[in-house]
Amino acid sequence: MVGPILPLRAESIRVARGGKTLLGPLSLEIAGEGVTIVLGPNGSGKTTLLRALHGLERLREGAVRWAVPEPETRSQQAFVFQAPILMRRSVVDSIAYPLLLDGLRRGEARARAADAAEAVGLGGRLALQATDLSGGEKQKLAIARALVRRPQILFLDEPCANLDGRATREIEAILATVREQGTRIVMSTHNVGQARRMADEAVFLFDGRLIDGGKASDFFDTPKTPEARAHLQGDLFP
Amino acid sequence: MNDILTGMIEAVRLILTLDPTLIEISLRSLEVTVSATLIASAIGLPLGAWLAINRFRARRAVIALLNALMGLPPVVVGLLVYVMLSRSGPLGVLGLLFTTKAMIIAQVIIITPIIASISHQAIRELWAAYHDLLISLNTTRWQRIKALLWDGRRALLTASLAGFGRAIGEVGAIMIVGGNIDNATRVLTTAIALETGKGNFALALALGFILIALAIAVNLALHLLSKTERNSLW
Repeated sequence: MVGPILPLRAESIRVARGGKTLLGPLSLEIAGEGVTIVLGPNGSGKTTLLRALHGLERLREGAVRWAVPEPETRSQQAFVFQAPILMRRSVVDSIAYPLLLDGLRRGEARARAADAAEAVGLGGRLALQATDLSGGEKQKLAIARALVRRPQILFLDEPCANLDGRATREIEAILATVREQGTRIVMSTHNVGQARRMADEAVFLFDGRLIDGGKASDFFDTPKTPEARAHLQGDLFP
Repeated sequence: MNDILTGMIEAVRLILTLDPTLIEISLRSLEVTVSATLIASAIGLPLGAWLAINRFRARRAVIALLNALMGLPPVVVGLLVYVMLSRSGPLGVLGLLFTTKAMIIAQVIIITPIIASISHQAIRELWAAYHDLLISLNTTRWQRIKALLWDGRRALLTASLAGFGRAIGEVGAIMIVGGNIDNATRVLTTAIALETGKGNFALALALGFILIALAIAVNLALHLLSKTERNSLW
């Protein structure tokens, strides 16, 4: 049994590719409960930050530290990608896959996967191929698959980027439930309205740097930087 | 044209009368080729997957070599296997020369690079799609290979069938290591070569038609069993 893996500390991390710095150096701490929303314009480094925290990016500088040794955190964190990565399997088998990796028997894994599917509204779609789902359903499947291991922290990279209002509302409702159940959420979005609805904390990135953020109410009411103010007002950047 | 027509009629007659010789060599053809395909798939499919997900210094060279080996001349393979298995060869003590086992060995050598190369291509594309997910789920290398082989099974079936197609039509290598011995190592392709040599074109053509029908039947059966086109969009 793994103990609490938070707080998560990013210490002066920098990610670069092809000689160009994509993110950082920046430092950040994720602790406690609730939802941290990562905001910023396109190319500001939102996706790279989430990937770096989750361990999907090689750091050129700095380190990401957890409360327990990193290998022990792997099964306690999950990631939902902007474009859902769908396995060539049925809905129930796709969701059950992480449990099979943990050594659960197929029957038990499928039963828990069915429960997870039910929780995100895919209870009637279990036998369908994952690729046959609608856009919103695909993202729900990705969320169910991420949650089926009951992770302590869930990273989501713009999960509603390509969805309509109804699907976005449904996913926000699912995430609200996940938050109430105690899973820490770190999510990027370019949708300021969604950020206002969901955030307990906000992080604002600009050109790969963390330039603003803090408690959500403070950040949204009185952003400290002109870039964050412009972003929240929907102004266009030069 | 007359020979073709006569050959088709002869093929129908041989099938309808369940000619015992035809049945025997057809079953032997299937035994040798199916065995070779299964063994080559057991080697080639994981090898293709392993090459797709691993980065090492000589990787490109290995892939290039594998692609080059797809064009291995069967006669040369037959010759090499013959030398290895002949009484004075390093494996002569096994007494495998002029047996169906020797024919299977030769076919495995010929088709393993084909299966590995095609499966590598298919798995590489699937790995590109699955990479972030499987890394995020903290999978071990073996778990990745298993997932890729399972989810890519339809493309891999095609790889195995390509190997089967090459093997069932192969004559040069199995003629050398099998010897085309009646009631022992004669298969459809070597029988066709023999009958052609004897000038029995109609019988040779009849055997040829049966060989083609057998290859198509096996392919169709496997596609139907694996429901390859069931979920296609078009």
